[in-house]
Amino acid sequence: MSVDSGNMAATPALDDVPFTPVDRPTGADRTYVWVTTAAASVSLIIVSATTIFLVDKARPALASAGIWAFFSTSVWNPTVGRFGVLGLLLGTMIIATIAMVIAVPGGVGMALFINEYAPARLKRPLTSVIDLLAALPSLLFGMWAFFALQKHLIPAARFIAARLAVVPFLRQQDQALTGSSFIAGVVVAIMVLPIVTSVTRDVMAQVPRGQCEGALALGSTRWGMIRSVILPFARNGIVGASLLSFGRALGETIAVALILSPVIKVNWNVLTQGGGSIAAFIAIHFGEAADLERSALVAAGLALFLLTFGVNFLARLIVMRTVGKE
Amino acid sequence: MSKTEPTLAKRSSRAAAPERTLDTRDVLPAIAAVTGAICVATLSWATLGWHSVPGVTIVTLAVFVAILTAAEFVREEPPPTVDVAAVEREELTPPPLTVVREPEEAWSPETDRPRRRRAFRGVDLAEGLVAALSGLAVAELVRVVIRMQSLVGFAIWWYAAFLVAYFLLVRDRSNVEAAVDRVITVLVWSVGLLVTSVLVWMVAFVVAKGLPRLSWHFFTEDLSTVGPLTPGGGGKHALIGTLEQVGIATIMVVPIAILTAVYLHEINGRLARPIRFITDALSGLPSIVAGLLIFTVVVQGHGFSGFAAALALGVLMLPTVTRASEEILRTVPDTLREGSLALGAPRWRLVRSVVLPTAVAGLVTAAILGIARAIGETAPMLLTAFGSDTTNTSPTNGPQSDLPLMVWKLIREPVDAQQQRAWTGALVLVMFVFLLFVAARYIAGRNERRLRRAS
Repeated sequence: MSVDSGNMAATPALDDVPFTPVDRPTGADRTYVWVTTAAASVSLIIVSATTIFLVDKARPALASAGIWAFFSTSVWNPTVGRFGVLGLLLGTMIIATIAMVIAVPGGVGMALFINEYAPARLKRPLTSVIDLLAALPSLLFGMWAFFALQKHLIPAARFIAARLAVVPFLRQQDQALTGSSFIAGVVVAIMVLPIVTSVTRDVMAQVPRGQCEGALALGSTRWGMIRSVILPFARNGIVGASLLSFGRALGETIAVALILSPVIKVNWNVLTQGGGSIAAFIAIHFGEAADLERSALVAAGLALFLLTFGVNFLARLIVMRTVGKE
Repeated sequence: MSKTEPTLAKRSSRAAAPERTLDTRDVLPAIAAVTGAICVATLSWATLGWHSVPGVTIVTLAVFVAILTAAEFVREEPPPTVDVAAVEREELTPPPLTVVREPEEAWSPETDRPRRRRAFRGVDLAEGLVAALSGLAVAELVRVVIRMQSLVGFAIWWYAAFLVAYFLLVRDRSNVEAAVDRVITVLVWSVGLLVTSVLVWMVAFVVAKGLPRLSWHFFTEDLSTVGPLTPGGGGKHALIGTLEQVGIATIMVVPIAILTAVYLHEINGRLARPIRFITDALSGLPSIVAGLLIFTVVVQGHGFSGFAAALALGVLMLPTVTRASEEILRTVPDTLREGSLALGAPRWRLVRSVVLPTAVAGLVTAAILGIARAIGETAPMLLTAFGSDTTNTSPTNGPQSDLPLMVWKLIREPVDAQQQRAWTGALVLVMFVFLLFVAARYIAGRNERRLRRAS
């Protein structure tokens, strides 16, 4: 425009006056930007408030127990003010890991089943049912597991204990098998399975159909097509879904609280009674806790918060790196 | 791929040697026959208790011969191999391709549709059956040998043995790829059926437990006057609490969430990246930590209340609704935005009159799904609403109950009547989630139809 401005100045015809769109925000626009920014900052405020308040309220207990001792020992003695959540932290990780070992293959398998194997007529109803189940409260899963599933899982636990006794984590000598990390992990797995399935299925549905048809047309078997087309395409989605549900499993409270027999010290033997879970521990103990113990429970909550935050951070990092590589 | 087509063999000595060498195709039937015979012997001797030496011997031998014969009958000859080098030297002409099967009818585009599924053949069924039977026999053998008692263990052994047998059978008839494909198919179907049946079992269990005592009294009575052992009582107090808490949370959160989504997608300012990250982190926030937060901020100063519970629910709903809303805004076509800007609309008019009206159905769906997730949250309620047995209609004044909290308190009491009430409450909760879900689906579906008609 600047090139022929001199030309135009010579003959200022009305049609030739250049139209320069102005993007000057009006007053209302400024208000709009201001309001949305304020709304968006609410999340920031919540996260910072969580950190500040939890740290503030956790201080008495941390001071009483010592920060290092709080994260490296496994005791819970409110009367003398000694607290340590190592066992609970590890127990939480154990349960979440067991849940992932079951839920990720199960969820991916279920997603494949819905998308590729099930009869076309069942596809939509199955999708709806899975999405609905992903929204069901964990309380229901816990209740069902306690009253219906647990007694059917004990033979399975006994079978694993008998056949895989070489693995030290799975050994058991006629101990009680109810309320174990294994059963809690299975319940959490069943709970997060719809979530894994739902996210994975969504990603798998976006695979360009032409590529699948191409693989089949080149003589690939159905599994060959899935392995070479669908799984590479959906890999990021699967990783994301797994880490999302890992976070969910770490923070799961009610279902675990109903099933697990809580212990403070870490119980490596996952098949036997007793296990640790921070979230369930807080839920059970908070009601009758006095001031110092409440503070300690808040500190435990802070530890859980940092753990899930770390997992989320890791998840984003992994997803970003795998995206970057392609 | 037909088996009778000549395959170009690799330049190996085997292609040159016309006489067949011993390969797995010969060894496996023999192994299968021996295994089968042993299994049958064990079965009849130990399991069925048929202690007759000549009888068992005859049956065992018969099985042995039968399996060998069957294997010979099922086996398809490997395709003739061609000496590639000879063909290249033009000493040999490749055998003519034979048409395996004449097409039954003339080709027409109507009949010739791409079909993925293979024609189902009797042999396929036979393979499955044989594999299942041999798996059963192996499991039985294991059961007898290690004196296994549990049914679950037997089922696991059977399944594992079935998979191995099936793999070997298919591999022998076709090739490794096909065998892997079949085994994976079996696995995926097993996972699908298992997961579906477990989830159906769960829902059916809740419905079956809750339905017998579901009546109008549940909606009109509370637990203030009933003891643990007396009949009657209902969940009115919990119902009121749930509606108030979830209602307040929705009213607070949905506008904020939608505005945040607008900020993230329409303005995309400097804060967009950190806020997206924080929203992601917040969506992974354990519900109990949200409860702890509200407890330390609100409850320690003002006491337990339904409003505190609503705040905790809000913290949990915010990231879910925000992210869903952002996804919805992303589906609004850019041409609409450009059109309205080109007409001279200021940014806020663009959002108010174009983007939000286009996306409204999706936003409602996002909000409903957020509510469905929030309605069943139990853990934060323990630290904020605390629960009570009397009807408290004021969300700002004193402890209040809600459905998940009531269910949680009652289910842990070792009294039948209380657990009954808990199951009824759980059923009402499921019904709520179900209705919300159906509503979300209906709105989303209607909107989709509308968009399709418009385009």
